[in-house]
Amino acid sequence: MTVGQVLLVGAVALPAVGALAVAGMPARLDRAARILGTVIAGAVLAVTAGLALGERTWFAYLDGSPVVRPWHEVDVVWAESLDLAFHLGVDGISWPLVALTALLTLLCCLYSLWTVPAPGRGRLLVALLLAIECGILGVFLSLDLVLFFVFFEVVLLPMYAVIAVWGGLDRRHAAVKFVLYTLAGSVLLVVGIFTVVAAAGTSDLVVLSTQAGAGISHGTQVAAFVLLALAFAVKSPLWPLHTWLPDAHTEAPTVGSVILAGVLLKMGTYGLIRVAVGTVPDGARQLAPVLGVLAVAAILVGSLVCLAQTELKRLIAYSSVGHMGFVLLGIATLSATGLQAALIGNIAHGVITGLLFFLAGAIKDRAHTGVLTSLGGLRDTSPLLAGLLGYAAIASLGLPGLAGFWGEAFAVYAAIDRGGALWTTAGVLAAVGGALTAAYLLRLLRTVTHGPAAPAVTGLPRVTTVELITWAPLVVLALLLGVVPGIVLDTTIAPVNALIEAVAP
Amino acid sequence: MNLVQSIDHVALLPAYLAAATALLAFLVDLIVPGRPIPVLAAAAVGTAATGVAAWVIGAGPDRATFCIGGGTLPGEIAVERSCSFSADGTGAVIAVVLCGLTLLVLALSVPAVSGPTGIPAGEYCFLLAASLTGGVVLGYARDLITLLVALETLTLPLYVLTGLRRRSLASAEGAVTFLVVSVVSTAVTLMGVALLYALTGAVHLDRLAVALEARDDLRQIPLTAVAAVMVVAGLAFKIAAVPFHAWAPTAYDGAPLPVAAYLSTASKLGGVVAILLVVIGGLWPWLNVTGPVLAGVAVLTMTVGNLVALQQRRMVRLLAWSSVAQAGYLIAPLGAFATAAGREDPRTAVAATVAYTIFFVLLEVAAFGAVIAARGAADGGWLTDYRGIARRHPWVATVLVLALAGLAGLPPGLAGLFAKITVIRALLVNQAGWLAVIVALNAVIGLVYYLRVGVLLFQRAPDQATATVGASTTGDATPAPAPGAGEAPTPARPAPAGQAPWRSRAVGSDAVAWPVGAALAAITLVGVGVGFAPQTVLDAAGTALAFLS
Repeated sequence: MTVGQVLLVGAVALPAVGALAVAGMPARLDRAARILGTVIAGAVLAVTAGLALGERTWFAYLDGSPVVRPWHEVDVVWAESLDLAFHLGVDGISWPLVALTALLTLLCCLYSLWTVPAPGRGRLLVALLLAIECGILGVFLSLDLVLFFVFFEVVLLPMYAVIAVWGGLDRRHAAVKFVLYTLAGSVLLVVGIFTVVAAAGTSDLVVLSTQAGAGISHGTQVAAFVLLALAFAVKSPLWPLHTWLPDAHTEAPTVGSVILAGVLLKMGTYGLIRVAVGTVPDGARQLAPVLGVLAVAAILVGSLVCLAQTELKRLIAYSSVGHMGFVLLGIATLSATGLQAALIGNIAHGVITGLLFFLAGAIKDRAHTGVLTSLGGLRDTSPLLAGLLGYAAIASLGLPGLAGFWGEAFAVYAAIDRGGALWTTAGVLAAVGGALTAAYLLRLLRTVTHGPAAPAVTGLPRVTTVELITWAPLVVLALLLGVVPGIVLDTTIAPVNALIEAVAP
Repeated sequence: MNLVQSIDHVALLPAYLAAATALLAFLVDLIVPGRPIPVLAAAAVGTAATGVAAWVIGAGPDRATFCIGGGTLPGEIAVERSCSFSADGTGAVIAVVLCGLTLLVLALSVPAVSGPTGIPAGEYCFLLAASLTGGVVLGYARDLITLLVALETLTLPLYVLTGLRRRSLASAEGAVTFLVVSVVSTAVTLMGVALLYALTGAVHLDRLAVALEARDDLRQIPLTAVAAVMVVAGLAFKIAAVPFHAWAPTAYDGAPLPVAAYLSTASKLGGVVAILLVVIGGLWPWLNVTGPVLAGVAVLTMTVGNLVALQQRRMVRLLAWSSVAQAGYLIAPLGAFATAAGREDPRTAVAATVAYTIFFVLLEVAAFGAVIAARGAADGGWLTDYRGIARRHPWVATVLVLALAGLAGLPPGLAGLFAKITVIRALLVNQAGWLAVIVALNAVIGLVYYLRVGVLLFQRAPDQATATVGASTTGDATPAPAPGAGEAPTPARPAPAGQAPWRSRAVGSDAVAWPVGAALAAITLVGVGVGFAPQTVLDAAGTALAFLS
């Protein structure tokens, strides 16, 4: 095995083994278990960083070469009769998401070292976070459709448990809603995957992407794309399949919301690009307009609903619907610009919304309320929190120079560049949605930072060093991605071009 | 014509050993009366020997016995030599799985046969081994009469076993329901078989297939279709498929827990094997008739099973309804035969059914094992009795969660996930996408009740005083709520009208008996193992296709 292969296997095996080890520690060693979990999460981050090293073969996208050219690859037959191979690989499309997942999990573990929501038993929370990490990394690294599905399912029950055990008052209901919606999505996924596998005779994503749907009839492609797109639309989520999201995000504990919004949703958009568009492009071309229209609807609905929200976490949760709408719009254009916008939008949303949920959690933990009107005057009583919240909100609304800008601006650009009445309208409406986004985030800032200090926000505990350490990487990344988007875009450009050449000639 | 047959006793060895196990159990009970453990151990040794013999003989060359020479069937159809008993891969796989299940059930029976009120061990083990004998022969049977006799031998001891819980009306009620329904179903199957014989003059499965394929005149007679449907319907009783399912919840809930475990695994496996042998092995030229029936039954079974399971409040009834739903998934791959495209190659679908059955019995026996570990000699109890198990028996709760998640088709244990994938893949390969979508949506409904149980395990248990109120074994039909108790989960649920008083007791007040613990550990290891190596199960399913050749 090469170093790269060891790292690939390590990226999924380490969190899995770590989860078992942490969960198996006795209750009296709770803190030691959490430290162990954090160390493992750190090791996973190091492993994923190591994946970027070595030969990247960016220049190898020539005619006739595979569309997916992994930097590193492991391919072992697992269960022949199920078309299942343990085929992992990392390339420019997946690596930024892999790194983001490892980073956010580490930050959440770190956060859980000091803050464990009721009812305690933090080691189990950390173990579940690691189990979720294993599933998410597996999804991003899988180059086999069936393996992709296996990892897709791994995430489900641990995330349910995180919401149902450590969540807010209405956690049971939110958790059940989350798990049933996403299971419905994933059962459609398995049907869609085997529709593709049965028609193409292989489950290898490298082969399938290179064939770009050759040999699969148009009708089958459309059917498969409908199934796959529905599955990923539930996860992303796409309006009108988003209704699980506000409840789950609002009720989940802080670390749960961060992982949910930060990376879990990206399983949907990543799957849409790599699996749905990559394997059945005919179906994708046929249904792209529908996807585009729904994405614009999601942007507008998400923004309008946000304007009416009165609770901090719920507002951030709904804002995800709008932001993921931009990502989905980018994908729907089926252009290199659109996909690039989607991929950087994914990362930016993960960083910014992760930060926003950390801040919202910190504020709610201190003020014991999330109602916006009760948080008035936060700037006077806790300038640091208010300042960071303002920074994150401005990054979220897409101010040029911060991370949120590139994904939204280029999604709109890609839609208008695509031309035609439909896409031009979509682009214009998305731009209007962008303005609404600015409106609700500024409204949030005005409520929170202006006016006299409300009783709930007086005498708040100071922001601790641990919190600052947890937030700092996200604050820096939000700025860095805004100023130097190339750190993501240069990585993704080559595989995106190869993909677009294959699916939209 | 040679009237003296030479019998291949080696081929029959597993059947002999299984029958000898039954006698051995009686004998040991006679030598050391009143001591259940030696009897169970003797039965276990015999069962293990049966399994090993089946394995070894299956690994060797195919053997067959009770054969008749070639001849001519009505309609001038020339047929070759046919055998009633064929020791091929099918029989070997079924026998090994059955022996494994029986071993586990024997270990799980320790609490039920122990103590002064326990079930008499000699009779218990005899009946279980007799049932095993039927199951072993069933896998090897290649003619309708041998097959039906074997199936009845598998089922008959179970009526008695179901009724063995002492001083329990529920147990007697379950046994009688089971007996009556089963006898009717056997009569229906027999009627179908008799019609088939009358039409074709054949009882051997291979001859039946040849005759049904060759004779176009049979296609003109509606009676042939009636016969085929009657056989399918009668056998559907055995796996508790809707609309022939109503006996299962009553029988499971009335039976001693290990017997319920056996009913829902070994007995169900027997039913599946019978369906495969008859419908695919013997009636395959008529799959255009039986295919739609199987598809309809599969859809009904999984949907009704899941919807009714949603409303269950008793543990074993919930598991029973869930196993009704699972029977729907079991035969779902065969539903692909409803369309012409799906009938081209039956191997994928049949292999998927066998593989799913193996995954399922493993998960089901794990679930029952965990229930027995938590309940000991008591009955399954109410769902609310399982509150707080995770605190008192963390390992039992872990196994139960793994098993239930697996039955719902979800990780962390991968066996259930691969089971679901096997069925859906087979359906899509055979171009039955619509059925795959129905299976998939049913998996969502199923999760609701599996999740409900899983959550209960981790809830805080009510205080002991409240939980033991219902501990009176006989007498009042509905135990009164504890005075002053804020929350009295057990007594608050009235027993359904007309049902016996349920014995209820605080869960997990005694330690888990070591054979139960060992069995649980073994199941878990095997379950986790096949999760990582699903190909072993799929290969076994491939071996079990021998009857198709």
